[in-house]
Amino acid sequence: MRAKKYLLLVIVTLSAQPVSAEWSGSVTYEYRHFANAPLYAGQHGDNSSIELQPEFHQQWDNGRQLFSFVPYLRADEGDAARDQTDIRQLSWVKAGEVWETRIGIRKVYWGVTESQHLVDIINQSDLAANPDGEDKLGQPMLNLALIGDYGTLDMFVLPYFRDRTFPGEKGRFHGQYYVDTEQEAIYQSKDKQQHIDYAARWVKSIGVWDIGLSRFYGTSRDPRFTTGLNSKGQPVLLPNYDLIHQTGLDTQATIGSWLWKLEYIHRSSDIESYNASTLGLEYTWNGVFASPTDLGLVLEYLHDDRGEKAGTPFQNDFMLGMRLAFNDAQSTDALIGVIKDAHKDTTIVSVEASRRLGNAWKLSLEARYYEKVDITDQALYSVRDDDYVQLELAYYF
Amino acid sequence: MKKILTALSIGLLLGNVCFAETAEQKGLAIAVEADKRDTGWGDSSTEMFMTLRNSQGQESKRQMRTKALEVQGDGDKSLTIFDEPRDVKGTAFLSFTHAKTPDDQWLFLPALQRVKRISSANKSGPFMGSEFAYEDISSQEVEKYTYKYLRDEKINGKDCFVIERKPTYEHSGYTRMISWIDKTMYQAVKVEFYDRKDSLLKTLTIAGHKQYLSKFWRAHQMEMVNHQTKKSTTLEWKNYKFKTGLSERDFDKNALKRLR
Repeated sequence: MRAKKYLLLVIVTLSAQPVSAEWSGSVTYEYRHFANAPLYAGQHGDNSSIELQPEFHQQWDNGRQLFSFVPYLRADEGDAARDQTDIRQLSWVKAGEVWETRIGIRKVYWGVTESQHLVDIINQSDLAANPDGEDKLGQPMLNLALIGDYGTLDMFVLPYFRDRTFPGEKGRFHGQYYVDTEQEAIYQSKDKQQHIDYAARWVKSIGVWDIGLSRFYGTSRDPRFTTGLNSKGQPVLLPNYDLIHQTGLDTQATIGSWLWKLEYIHRSSDIESYNASTLGLEYTWNGVFASPTDLGLVLEYLHDDRGEKAGTPFQNDFMLGMRLAFNDAQSTDALIGVIKDAHKDTTIVSVEASRRLGNAWKLSLEARYYEKVDITDQALYSVRDDDYVQLELAYYF
Repeated sequence: MKKILTALSIGLLLGNVCFAETAEQKGLAIAVEADKRDTGWGDSSTEMFMTLRNSQGQESKRQMRTKALEVQGDGDKSLTIFDEPRDVKGTAFLSFTHAKTPDDQWLFLPALQRVKRISSANKSGPFMGSEFAYEDISSQEVEKYTYKYLRDEKINGKDCFVIERKPTYEHSGYTRMISWIDKTMYQAVKVEFYDRKDSLLKTLTIAGHKQYLSKFWRAHQMEMVNHQTKKSTTLEWKNYKFKTGLSERDFDKNALKRLR
């Protein structure tokens, strides 16, 4: 009798707390056409891959708690290094009035600029998925946010390091020697991937300003490379992950149709110490060509004070971008960007466009063209013949 | 005499006795009264269903949930979470409306887990490709318009005030709007929108008003017809809830990241 009463109480309590739980996700087919024959023996030509990303989210406690599970699977036709299983998210978030805890595998984005993401450091890039580095691997973390009139102070303990993914021997977008991720990478920390990284970030919106100040100590997400041998005795590149300190600032002023942006980092390791920044502005015209189309222009300047010694080709470059949003029922949009070195001829042209088909499908186009790449821009010089056009058809469930 | 009586009765009704009321004063008084009657709802949440129709009759659906928080002395805060189309599922839009300065707006992009501050100058742009512009669905603060009372008129047998509003904010797609305000509810039942060239652009028909907490009226169906493109959009609301215990913390950048 008593048990029944308790059961009833439990049922009443549960039903008083509406729970929204559901599966959704996407399946994507990707086809990449390469304009040129590969530069190195064994690299594939046109290539297909398929991606599956189911998502499960359960929210309760009037939106104050959320459980998320997002696994990710990719199978590739030509490059075994692009076959991948990952957990993008497996996390629990609980929000209080002046705090929030987020525990598990998550994705965290910091920053404001479009051409490169200097400040963004929590997640490792899934470079095998896309050479632009915008795809990220899930990062295990304990995150406590303190929230008040002073803004939000986020503190992170990152107990496990994720190695960057790279295209394999048969893949495109690598130089004469591919990056071998089959063997263990070289870590500065004796704890290797178990090294505990720490990060903190303070953010606040003050009027038109959004400001973020961040600090990171731990294993760098960007490796250096040394040469080694693979299991067949051939020369390969091995990633070297150094311990670094990074201080970052990101800020945006939103004034009328203008966005003014700045990202700045200071990074130091036992090997080097440098400053890098991206300065940007964006202006949007709404309703151009007597239509509902929005036209946005983006101009960014990319700087790295290591100059030619920088591991990045973007040490003194400009990015000019044009964004078109047609504001139609199919949400058709396009982004065309050109990054050009201030002194050298090196130019990258990038086009991204997408359009919804029906209610559940989306077709996306992506193209990258590397023009007159200077031999001193090593990272780009080795991929100078990897110009490609990619079509993606995604189904959302 | 009749005019004076009407003016007098409205003056009494508004608690603002004024015999020589101009059309502008009367228009403003109606807006102030409508705003006063809609004060004190605290917070609300609802589901929205949108159907877009083009001139050939092809349909496209949108589904979203919105939460709103009343802010005393400034514009309201609102949060919109998109459920459909499924490619934008999880995308969320946070807006702090302000009576006198431009609104603050942020967009959450789930694929990148990125919160992006966006320009609120895009007033006239279509919301999700529909015939509703951003300025049509944002919080309607009294200070955002100037008013002029035009006349009384019956719509579907209901007595209405007909008032003209002109946006005081920048970047509006309209020169003016003519609103039919139901006299018993103090809620709009029809609005005509005139474009920048002052030609009739759209007509909004509002229906299915229900009263919540025995005070606050909310419409449940709207139809926006664009006379120039022959496209139309219907908007339906379901599951309105009030005073669910939401606070400022449910309308900040952190909240954007834990919505689903």
